[in-house]
Amino acid sequence: MNQPAFSHKTFFGQLKKYYIFYTVGFLAFLFALAIAEQLGMSRKWIGYWFLFATIALYAGIGIMSRTVDAAEYYVAGRRVPAFFNGMATGADWMSAASFIGMAGTLYLSGFDGLAFVMGWTGGYCLVAFLLAPYLRKFGQFTIPDFLGERYGGNIVRSVGIFAAILCSFTYVIAQIYGVGLITSRFTGLEFGIGVFVGLGGILVCSFLGGMRAVTWTQVAQYIILIIAYLTPVVWLSVKHTGNPIPQIAYGQALEKVTAREKVLTNDPKEIEVRNILKARADAANAGLKEPAAAYAKGKADLEQKLANAPADQLAAAEKALSSYPKDEEAAKAQWNKDKGLAARAGPPLPHAAPFPGKDEKAQDIARRNFLGIVFCMMIGTAALPHILMRYYTTPSVRQARQSVFWSLFFIFLLYFTAPALAVLAKYDVYHFLVGSSFASLPAWAANWAQVDPTLLSIIDINGDGIVQLAEIVLGGDIIVLATPEIAGLPYVVSGLVAAGGLAAALSTADGLLLTIANALSHDLYYKMIDPHATTTRRVTVSKVLLVVVALIAAYVTSLKPGNILFLVGAAFSLAASGFFPALVIGVFWKRANKWGAISGMVAGLGVCMYYMYTTYPFFGGVAANQWFSMNPISAGVFGVPAGIITILVVSFLTPEPSKEVQELVEHVRYPNLEGDINTQAT
Amino acid sequence: MELTQKHVDYWNKNLRITGLLLFIWFVVTFVAGWYSRELNSFTILGFPLGFYNAAQGSLIVYVVLIWIYQHYMNKLDIEYGVHEGEDE
Repeated sequence: MNQPAFSHKTFFGQLKKYYIFYTVGFLAFLFALAIAEQLGMSRKWIGYWFLFATIALYAGIGIMSRTVDAAEYYVAGRRVPAFFNGMATGADWMSAASFIGMAGTLYLSGFDGLAFVMGWTGGYCLVAFLLAPYLRKFGQFTIPDFLGERYGGNIVRSVGIFAAILCSFTYVIAQIYGVGLITSRFTGLEFGIGVFVGLGGILVCSFLGGMRAVTWTQVAQYIILIIAYLTPVVWLSVKHTGNPIPQIAYGQALEKVTAREKVLTNDPKEIEVRNILKARADAANAGLKEPAAAYAKGKADLEQKLANAPADQLAAAEKALSSYPKDEEAAKAQWNKDKGLAARAGPPLPHAAPFPGKDEKAQDIARRNFLGIVFCMMIGTAALPHILMRYYTTPSVRQARQSVFWSLFFIFLLYFTAPALAVLAKYDVYHFLVGSSFASLPAWAANWAQVDPTLLSIIDINGDGIVQLAEIVLGGDIIVLATPEIAGLPYVVSGLVAAGGLAAALSTADGLLLTIANALSHDLYYKMIDPHATTTRRVTVSKVLLVVVALIAAYVTSLKPGNILFLVGAAFSLAASGFFPALVIGVFWKRANKWGAISGMVAGLGVCMYYMYTTYPFFGGVAANQWFSMNPISAGVFGVPAGIITILVVSFLTPEPSKEVQELVEHVRYPNLEGDINTQAT
Repeated sequence: MELTQKHVDYWNKNLRITGLLLFIWFVVTFVAGWYSRELNSFTILGFPLGFYNAAQGSLIVYVVLIWIYQHYMNKLDIEYGVHEGEDE
């Protein structure tokens, strides 16, 4: 608008040309590697090629986009077209958990896993209707910026900084963990080295060019990740249903899976295996009750058996005795492990049935928790600063609105496909793996069981030489990782999938680290400590902080804290409780004031953290403390209403905000007002 | 600055469309979600309906809702003269 020399239309045209060129180049790279594989390139080298070529590419974009200008560094110069901002948001949004974990979660938990699919897409409705256009009109650099201006004063800003760092840091640890996992799996590098190689890729990019570099890298990463996700699923769909559109085709696969579940539930061999598992779990529980006696008895039984064994069973009896735990402690450890077998002793979970449970009450709790997760994921989506920040980068309010549409569209392409992938993979496992003989397992299963027993282990429990469903233990991540092999595609596609997972993890980590560094450098340093700092100084401070934060995050990751899914869920609940009420009420209710916002954010975060602290085992909490049987991951169910009510009540009890603030609210509500104030930061 | 009646009308229209779309969003997500088990007794394209809604249907609705919002609002801006300068 105010830069006549710059035409958005020409810029869009140029970008389109670059990225088409880039996509064609990437496909040519894939094709070349496919040929190299046929000519005998080893798997390890294919892995290296993918890892280093893609990281070099991201670093290259980072170097080309380097900048020291504040508006470029913080908001990519506010000229990212809606379409490309949508792609960048897609990559920013879809993390390692979405790319690698989602389909596996759906495979393992059936209908219940869909809470994440719904939550992580439906949240964009809230972003579109309640936040994106207004934040764009406001036009500053960060989310604490908006809170600081709207409510006035450094206290609100500080609470905002604290909340932004808390939820982004929790989330970034999950991403760096994913980076380490993927690089180590596909190249054989150690986990720790994998973390630092990935971190190098993240830093070169965001360090040199801030938001500008991150934006253009994320677009490139989106293209890779979506090609990587869709290719094997389409192939698998053609293989099993003859239809190349998996989202439509998997209906018939689901019908067959459901029919097969019924057969497997009543199959005598399956029941035999489940009974063996149940007996072992029972024995373990009994042993744990009186460990000393049970240990002595177990040993005595085996010794007696050996003494009385006929010649042909002597070897087996000897082996049984020698593999018996050597002392009581070892036996206890074994029993604690065996206790868990009870979970495998039940019939297969019906994939399409909502809210499974043994009685009405259990089903009711399952339903409540399902909707609780949906709620927290949605509100959290509309409150995570690294996503909201992206809508500051479009050229106009109009494009910000369009951009939310493109964001959800590009995210939708993946989430719409994940349920199909889960069902198609299940179809394969239930029909081809189950019932095959141990002597000739399907190639993919044999490979993965050998490579990583935590992802796939199959043990012939009843000794009949045939695979029963209850004998298979699957780690969720294998669904996406092994799909190319299940579909019978060459190894190069497996490498592509790894590159896609890496792109997903790196792009999200980029956005999160930038959010944290910006909160510290822009909000804390520039706005609160040294408002006279020069632009160059502000950007430099931000860059230094970025490296420091990245190193701290990598260090925390190397300690391998907690469960990834819980970390992600916690980040969402925290963001939802801390930010959502203050942001939305700030736009839609002029009367909301400073004290309302401060107490509301503190109350929301406080309730959320208190609930997690008292109910999540990692912090020493127990399930008995739960309110309405809600799991700790859904703490936001209580935090969000607490925040909203507090803002309303406290605002009413304290004086209304100044005239300037009320004018600011009017200002953000209209894309263009005559005689308008200007809040755009430069 | 003083807002004219036109500005107030614009904002009210915005609130109305926002409310309407959020209502649909709520029904598709929470009401249909609550009754998933009951919906599963119907079948669509070979899928049980409750499952289909959670896995595909609601996602399609979300994308469409956001498209409607941006289309409607961008037109409303021009109609009420609060649109921005050309950024094409």
